[in-house]
Amino acid sequence: MAMKQSVWPQGIKTGLIGGIVGVFLALVGMVEAFSQRHIIADVVSMGHTLLLVVALFIGYLAAKRSGRNELPWVLVNSFISGLILGGCLALLVIVGNWVRLRAVFINASPVLYKLLTFDYGVGMGSLLLLGAGALGGVLAGLFYFSPVLTRRVLLTSLGSIVIAGVLQDLLRPTFALWGPLAIINEWLFAVNGLTLHGAGFLFVIVSGATYFWAKRGSAVQAGFRRFSPPKQRALRLTGFLLLFSLLLTLPQILGLFLSEVLTIVGLYVLLGLGLNIVVGYAGLLDLGYVAFFAIGAYTMALLTSPELGFFGLSFWTALPFAILMGVISGVLLGIPVLKMRGDYLAIATLGFGEIIRILVLSDFLRPWLGGAQGVGKIPKAFIGSMELATPQQIYYLILAGCLLVGFISWRLRDSRLGRAWMAVREDEDVAQAMGINLVATKLLAFATGAAFSALSGAIFASKLGSVYPHSFNVMISINIICLIIVGGMGSIPGVIVGAIALVGLPELLREFAEYRLLVYGAALVAMMLLRPEGLWPEAVHRRELHAGGSDETETKSLSGPEPSSQEGL
Amino acid sequence: MRQRWKEKITPTDVLMWLIGGVILALIIWGSTATLTAGRYTSHHWFDFMIFGLAQGSIYALIAMGYTMVYGIMRMINFAHSEVFMSGPYTAYFVAASFYSSGFLDRHPIMSLFVIFLVSMAVSTLIAVLLERIAYRPLRGAPRLVPLITAIGASFFLQYTFRGLYGSGFQAYPVVKILEGEWMIGAFRILKFQGVVIVAAALLMGGLYSFVQRTRIGKAIRAVSEDKEASSLMGIDINRMIVTTFVIGGMAAGAAGVLYALMFKQVHFFMGFIPGIKAFTAAVLGGIGNIPGAMLGGIFLGLVESIGPSLFLDGLGIVAPYQLKDAIAFIMLVLILIFRPTGIMGERLAVKKA
Repeated sequence: MAMKQSVWPQGIKTGLIGGIVGVFLALVGMVEAFSQRHIIADVVSMGHTLLLVVALFIGYLAAKRSGRNELPWVLVNSFISGLILGGCLALLVIVGNWVRLRAVFINASPVLYKLLTFDYGVGMGSLLLLGAGALGGVLAGLFYFSPVLTRRVLLTSLGSIVIAGVLQDLLRPTFALWGPLAIINEWLFAVNGLTLHGAGFLFVIVSGATYFWAKRGSAVQAGFRRFSPPKQRALRLTGFLLLFSLLLTLPQILGLFLSEVLTIVGLYVLLGLGLNIVVGYAGLLDLGYVAFFAIGAYTMALLTSPELGFFGLSFWTALPFAILMGVISGVLLGIPVLKMRGDYLAIATLGFGEIIRILVLSDFLRPWLGGAQGVGKIPKAFIGSMELATPQQIYYLILAGCLLVGFISWRLRDSRLGRAWMAVREDEDVAQAMGINLVATKLLAFATGAAFSALSGAIFASKLGSVYPHSFNVMISINIICLIIVGGMGSIPGVIVGAIALVGLPELLREFAEYRLLVYGAALVAMMLLRPEGLWPEAVHRRELHAGGSDETETKSLSGPEPSSQEGL
Repeated sequence: MRQRWKEKITPTDVLMWLIGGVILALIIWGSTATLTAGRYTSHHWFDFMIFGLAQGSIYALIAMGYTMVYGIMRMINFAHSEVFMSGPYTAYFVAASFYSSGFLDRHPIMSLFVIFLVSMAVSTLIAVLLERIAYRPLRGAPRLVPLITAIGASFFLQYTFRGLYGSGFQAYPVVKILEGEWMIGAFRILKFQGVVIVAAALLMGGLYSFVQRTRIGKAIRAVSEDKEASSLMGIDINRMIVTTFVIGGMAAGAAGVLYALMFKQVHFFMGFIPGIKAFTAAVLGGIGNIPGAMLGGIFLGLVESIGPSLFLDGLGIVAPYQLKDAIAFIMLVLILIFRPTGIMGERLAVKKA
């Protein structure tokens, strides 16, 4: 698609896209749902912020696409785009007041219109919307024209205000526990959102820090490099030790609710690290991965639960069996799909996952697996005489699991086996020609991934105390795939980042939970279009995609012209 | 000679054939047990068959979209199940307003026509947008990339419609002329099932002859065979791909209304299971092969409706109908393992890497 240098300002096209996005966000219900939470108390709600971000982004995009690098022309473009965005929303309000849209779109409620018009009625509100949109557009245009440093400072400080507002539920209770911080807390946060002076304070602090880092950051880094290698290593080691002790004390700092969130994130990290071996290392897209999670959980349940009364083992004696069952089922389900590639493999594994769920759910296997009611009364794990019952205690169990699994997959990555997996991922035929035993390599990938997943399942069963077939639906598989891809395929820190972003955040933002899969889906598409290597990519992958000189891989992975790929929401 | 056989047959092959043999033996054993027990009369079997045919022809219509897109782009359009869902879900509001105004009872044919039209239009729109926004920029990317995009798009669409229309089940209004039954001799056909079968057959015939007889159809087939050569022959490839999505979307939209008429309800998640089953049907018939997809769909529908009572009941399984979906998935996995080219053979087998 050639960039046509049309007389018609790009702003109109970009603005229409923005308008569609804005109306979409409003009708899907995100604006209204997010308005419960205020970023700055009684000034800006999260719903308004969402629309504002769209306006700024669209204005910026219009400025970037305007083609001519002259201030007035750029400003006209971003002004028009913002105006159109505001106009689309105003149109929604006007039409909504005229026709009862609610018969079809359940979210087109009076509350939404009130929010969109800033509570000023249709006429005045529409004008305000237009004005706000245009203002946002112009600001974005000016932002586009400001120097790099200003842009960076503005972006980080405004971003940190938004983040502090969004994560207030996380920050407030944490601060409140620590004497002197509690006073800052009082001052920074109102009941709902930041206080106005708190936001100003944050803005000044963060912009100052960013400015300092931009000016001095390279000097600090250079200073670090000037240390002798052993000293550098010692510094890094202390860093790791600090991080580790932070991890150990985290549940005490964070309290009950956040520890619960942490345990969920931890379980997903375990699952993600397992699938990372199958998908990220070996390149086998497994959509039925939840099956192994279910197998681990059900093995734990069958071996320990007195409700079924088969074995009545303790958690620690049952755990090896659960992992063993994971390995066995990984191999068993792996054998039939050995010869499949790509899409066929994905669909076949999806089929396997569903078959297992349906079998567990059926009345046919009810005497053994409990049917739809599941299995209950699974005992907790004991260490000595201490029962790991509260989330804060289970956290340590999961942390130990994550560290172990993380260590194993880190060591595996550069091992002979790991390199064999990556060779299979890049090109199966060539790998075979190089003497890699495809059968053994692939089965080991399935088995290792399944073992990690079964471990996660076993802990999950003991944490919850009961297992139900409905906990093991295809959404879990999709969630795990998403977190791997968003984090960066094949990258261990990527899995952790992905799990925090995709599992932890939605748990913290309750109103967001409803739109979780919507955002996941959009994130997957956008990720594939714009940044296929993920947020925290594997070093090799990043080098492949971004180092100069390897144009071929770049076009292969990114493919498609830049301008059109911007449209993927 | 013997040496060569040894080289060709690996232990995994032997294991696979053993599993296949066991499943086949179980099926035969179960069927004979059921048939000799004589628990079902011929009327029962006839009912199962008609239901299976009706459901199968819906699968067949959806499968056309999968198979044509696969043929032309070599990708599984995972989001096709959402194309299927979007049409009837949107048309529900038209149907509901017709029903409440009494128009549906006064002019049933006319209103059904409008409902079909709306559903097909929405599904087509979604399919085209999907192609334009999500798939087009990814042409030529590694194979995993478009598949992941399609999965993402699928969930995005599902939850978009959940956000727009709500998360509950919506009951489709009853169309009076489709109630009741026809008698053929001693056998009974429920009217709506008959209508579903006939309508699906007409639609499939129409779309198939469009692909086979018209110039555009010919061009689509040419692009499926060889993209570069056909672009050298002056065929606009982008237009042909969009046309393919349009045809698939129309078929899916129509299938959606038929599905809604049969099961009387719509829901944002309604596309998932029929989507996977239609994909199974497409694989069954050999993906890329249009008549194959139709036959595959009908075959799958029949197996699904007859299977549980035929061979699971005979094996003494409690509540075999719960395992209906498992049959479809097991069939999918078995076909992918033993005969990935499908029953009819893949027309594009040679070209596939």
